[in-house]
Amino acid sequence: MKKLLVFCLLAATTLLAHAELRIFATTPEWGALAREIGGSRVSVYTATHALQDPHRIEARPSLLAQARRADLLLAVGGELEAGWLPLLQRDSGNAAIQSGRPGYFEAAAQVRLLDVPAVLDRAHGDIHAAGNPHLHLDPRNVLKVGEALAARLGQLDAAHAADYQGAFRDFAGRWQAAMARWEKQAAPLRGVPVLVHHQSFVYLSAWLGMREVGMLEPRPGIEPSSGHLTALLARQQAQPAKMVLHAAYNRDTPSQWIAGKTGLPVVLLPYTVGGTPAAGDLFALFDDTLQRLLQALR
Amino acid sequence: MIRSSRRVLAAAGALVALPAMAGDPDLQALRAEISQLKAAYEQRIAALEARLQSAEPARPAPLPVAEPASAGRPAGSFNPEVSLILQGQYKNMKESRAPGITGFASAAGHDHGDGSEGVSKRGFSVDHTELVLAANIDPYWRGQAIIAALDGEAEVEEAWFQSLAIGHGIGLKGGRLRSGIGYLNEQHAHVQDFADAPLMYQALFGEHGSYTQDGVQLKWLAPTPIFVEFGAELGRGAEFPGTDRNKNGAGSGAVFVHLGDDVGIEHSWRAGVSYLRTRADEREAHFADINGGEAVGAFDGRSSTWLADFVWKWAPDGNPRERNLKLQAEYFQRRENGSLRCFDEEGLGNACDPLAAGASVTSDYKTRQSGWYAQGVYQFTPNWRAGLRYEQLDSGSRQFGANAANLVVDSYRPKKATAMADYSWSEFSRLRLQYARDQSQQGLTDHQWTLQYVMSLGAHGAHKF
Repeated sequence: MKKLLVFCLLAATTLLAHAELRIFATTPEWGALAREIGGSRVSVYTATHALQDPHRIEARPSLLAQARRADLLLAVGGELEAGWLPLLQRDSGNAAIQSGRPGYFEAAAQVRLLDVPAVLDRAHGDIHAAGNPHLHLDPRNVLKVGEALAARLGQLDAAHAADYQGAFRDFAGRWQAAMARWEKQAAPLRGVPVLVHHQSFVYLSAWLGMREVGMLEPRPGIEPSSGHLTALLARQQAQPAKMVLHAAYNRDTPSQWIAGKTGLPVVLLPYTVGGTPAAGDLFALFDDTLQRLLQALR
Repeated sequence: MIRSSRRVLAAAGALVALPAMAGDPDLQALRAEISQLKAAYEQRIAALEARLQSAEPARPAPLPVAEPASAGRPAGSFNPEVSLILQGQYKNMKESRAPGITGFASAAGHDHGDGSEGVSKRGFSVDHTELVLAANIDPYWRGQAIIAALDGEAEVEEAWFQSLAIGHGIGLKGGRLRSGIGYLNEQHAHVQDFADAPLMYQALFGEHGSYTQDGVQLKWLAPTPIFVEFGAELGRGAEFPGTDRNKNGAGSGAVFVHLGDDVGIEHSWRAGVSYLRTRADEREAHFADINGGEAVGAFDGRSSTWLADFVWKWAPDGNPRERNLKLQAEYFQRRENGSLRCFDEEGLGNACDPLAAGASVTSDYKTRQSGWYAQGVYQFTPNWRAGLRYEQLDSGSRQFGANAANLVVDSYRPKKATAMADYSWSEFSRLRLQYARDQSQQGLTDHQWTLQYVMSLGAHGAHKF
């Protein structure tokens, strides 16, 4: 009898849990996008926050427990999460979120990635074979991912497919208006040479027309060394940069070192939603990013 | 796309225009047909291009376009994923008088080898070179094999398949697999934080420092917000503390429970309790007899082991890349119950076989032994880590019945204190210096220095918590 009761209770909780679509987003930006499109029909768990380097996350027990219960795994892809996500998928015992299933969605598969390496050799650092996965900092990519995500949500929750489409159209309208505003605002940034800590801003630079003239990491994913930073300083004479960019999750010591030697402004960019107090959602992420860049230019 | 179809058409046109065949009337008709087709296609393509251009808003700066290589590319671009672990060391230590740990049955049995395999070799040595092959087999299964290459031999360390599509939190694994008991047991040497396995693991499972099952493992992850995992295993049980017994059915069984969660954004933990039960048949070990001679004791009976493990990790802002701290501790208790047959192997005679006539003495055998280790490793910059480990075992109660009069029953508490520092150039290469004050053998304090490298090349591995 007791067993039966427990079983009924379990069954009831499972049913309740399925009233809304459970989304496991690996990074804050795509978690935020899922909230924009899914609204109250989805519950979103975001596995990382803006102060964590998304390359180096541990497959913590808490993440496994969440992956176990997810209906949709919303990943960046492009090997960004290669060090931890495959483990969560395999050990979660959740068939729905395995690669190739509708419950597995990869943002990187929806857009054309930049910096696809011609040679796959770790002598070039921790390069991603598929290309640079930090794709959300070009707002046009956000739109493409959003469109595909709305379709995927509609596929998983067919009863509300039209709602997801509607929510996406609403979002896209607001987003396009914001994009026009941002592009106008960012006009002074065109052609501005910058130094970056890691290749996290490739898409932002491509969108705004900034020129990345150097990277503090000697190779992607390799810690900045004093030798490499000194070489960057020497290059500053011939190819002067106007500012040093780093993401909220990067250590700022290397940037500050360069700044101390050259007087360049160091710009901390939120990189993703929550990276700065102001970057509370996707719109604010771009507002704050542009504001910080423009301020450094002045 | 458009350009390439044009090229194809042009090539088709050129082919048709081959002069040697121009005379054939059929061919001429074909040629005319194709050139018509070509014209029609070109018209349509031009129209499409015009439509595309009018549909696209003028962009201030065209995106530097990469080849469309990324679309639909799976997460791992090699299939199967291949990686190779290179591991080797220089070790400075005393030559041990006898292999093993005082007061504990040696897993190496009464092997007359030099007793210095792998990590306990002195001087320069190359450890196992591990070749890892893994891939999804199909949408339902994943497979992985780890082949350890040693001089003149290759050993299958692990070779298993794992379910992907059962769902409901169920995971099924089959083949040769590292058992899920304890915390360190599933971790290969190259991801461990010290150059050698804790004494506890060496006492429990021998030089390898891990328990491997040939069998099946079933795990269930509960649908709860905190991590609750149950696991059960059935296996052949040929590995120490069991022996290969050439029988049907399972030779060993294990169960475990894991719990885990985060505390705030900076802390996370996992705790576990495991139980392993197996049987041994004629498991031979070296003993000293009361006259100082050598004797062999063969154990028949049941061996059961309880393990408790706990891991706590901390990283400022939850970002382990820069700095992090990892604390872990494990405890075990093992009971063995059965009989011990004492005999002489050298043909010189000993307390059990005074006349060297091949006689033996069989008695009860009942032991209860325990041990623990605790360690902390701190990564204070992205490149540097340092760690301390302390461990202690207790030979506990060892009741040998009638053989207590024939054999020396050591009662000892082996201890070891270890300090290490390592440097990582990247995620894939590490150099480690380790000092250990080893008192695992009674009356011997050994100061051991180890310089070890661990390099991994190939596919990017994903490591367990």
